[in-house]
Amino acid sequence: MTRLWSYGALLFGIVYFLLPLYGMSEFSLRMIRGEYSLQAYRVVLTDARFQATFGYSVVMALVTIAFGVLLVVPTAFWVRLKMPGLRPYVEFITLLPLVIPSIVIVFGYIRLYNTSSWLPMTGTTMGTNILLMFGYATLALPYMYRAVDTGLRTIDVGTLTEAAQSLGAGWTTILARIILPNVLGAVLSGAFLPLAIVIGEFTMAALLDRPAFGPFMQLLGANRAYEPAALAVIAFGITWACMGLIQLVSRLSKHNRIAR
Amino acid sequence: MAFLDISHLEKSFGALRVVKDFNLGIDKGEFISLLGPSGCGKTTVLRMVAGFETPDSGKISVDGRDIVGLRPNQRKIGMVFQAYALFPNLTVAQNVGFGLSIAGVGRAEAAARVTEMLGLIGLPDLGGRYPFQLSGGQQQRVALARALAVRPQVLLLDEPLSALDAKIRVSLRTEIREIQQRLGITTIFVTHDQEEALSISDRIVVMNGGIAEQVGAPFAIYNRPATRFVANFVGTLNTLTGAVEDPASGRIAAGGREISLGRPVDAARGAPITLALRPEALHLGRAEGRDVVLPATVSDVHFLGSVIRLRVEAGGGTLSLDTFNRADTPPPAVGTETEVSFAASDVILLAD
Repeated sequence: MTRLWSYGALLFGIVYFLLPLYGMSEFSLRMIRGEYSLQAYRVVLTDARFQATFGYSVVMALVTIAFGVLLVVPTAFWVRLKMPGLRPYVEFITLLPLVIPSIVIVFGYIRLYNTSSWLPMTGTTMGTNILLMFGYATLALPYMYRAVDTGLRTIDVGTLTEAAQSLGAGWTTILARIILPNVLGAVLSGAFLPLAIVIGEFTMAALLDRPAFGPFMQLLGANRAYEPAALAVIAFGITWACMGLIQLVSRLSKHNRIAR
Repeated sequence: MAFLDISHLEKSFGALRVVKDFNLGIDKGEFISLLGPSGCGKTTVLRMVAGFETPDSGKISVDGRDIVGLRPNQRKIGMVFQAYALFPNLTVAQNVGFGLSIAGVGRAEAAARVTEMLGLIGLPDLGGRYPFQLSGGQQQRVALARALAVRPQVLLLDEPLSALDAKIRVSLRTEIREIQQRLGITTIFVTHDQEEALSISDRIVVMNGGIAEQVGAPFAIYNRPATRFVANFVGTLNTLTGAVEDPASGRIAAGGREISLGRPVDAARGAPITLALRPEALHLGRAEGRDVVLPATVSDVHFLGSVIRLRVEAGGGTLSLDTFNRADTPPPAVGTETEVSFAASDVILLAD
């Protein structure tokens, strides 16, 4: 009887998640009336704006991840090593982006860094890009911090640091050659969510007026019928490909393999 | 002046004084063990020498140079940890060569040094393995090679054998001692295991409550303990309580009879005194040269293989004594009425 309930719950879950996906995929193939075709995908993929916005968002995502790693790994390492008492406070701060809407954050940025402020970052394209990247990094902070902190929990940070110090290593060497490689799997897992967030983020990109993928999806969704569905399927495909890639990289790092 | 000189070292954590006025001089090439129970401050002293803790006051100098102000990575002091602390992302060879690459040693020289170190620890073929592919004993050997590869001025061993099983512990401690003697490296070994400390040290520092209770060679520490704590902590000890009858001749009343030690006792007439005896100083029955004889009843028998440890009721207390196993002599049964004897010269006096 219990087994029956388990199968029932599993079936419900599958239907709940896969049915809409199936419906959306099926709809995306019906652009040409009376037949299934990839016409909607063709339209989307050949659209110059798709390539430009998607490329922009991918680059922004990678820069955000790199910045996030540079910010989060040393912070989590230092908190764990030197200030364990501050961990709850740091965790609370990293959780703030979950409760503060991105529109509030971006308005704050615009108020602080507009062209008449002391640091007019929105005055140049590069400045605005950097501001947007900071915004993305803030949104990604809860996920990245948690992932890295969990990774650090799996290694004896204190002793490894002391061992490296006794061999003459300074902080940069310890972080780059000992800590980061050992939490790389966690960093990559933590990087996946920022990637997904940045690719689909609308509010910040739209209000800072940057040509990102989120606003493009919104524009397409408001004006077309079949293309948004195709775009959503493409986005799913990219997401899953990223997950697969992270799994692959994690498995390829030799030292993580458990002796069998 | 000693090669490694520690003077008036103090360290507190909050209100707790962990190390109190600790002084120690270690000669070049000497193997010193810091021995004591958990919380006695031995690891804190080691960590202050390594630079991982800053002393509240006091001085630590190596080869005449004060190192207290130096960061751990500037001290040229190698350390081996209880938890091995091998870098999981690096192979054995990369682990051993880590310090060399930091020091900027050339690739060819570093490779040669790594090969030499792996040969030294008896693992010449395991350079390509990762730490998780090694046993605990092998990992600790690699950790030793890694610490030695950079040719440190001093080697610190923080309970390196505690995580290993009994057999590996014995073989590895012998290896550590051999390597230390071969390289002539000044070494501080922290342990709470008296057997380890007694077997491999040039000198032992017995610590208790943050102070060095006694510093001396293993033979002296075991046979001439300076304090009651040292006597109790190092080895097994039997005690008989008594009172001084004649301090000049060393006559003491204990266990219902008079015992003449034949040497003066530093205590007043009538003062209470504790007589301590190692298990091997006691003999079951009478024997030549063991002039003090006490009637005894066997209360417990532990057959340990080559040694039989007996517990007997004698002299108003329970005494523990060891006899060697002999195939033709079975151990006495519990309840057997017998005698124990010992030489007055084997008695360790502990003033109350």
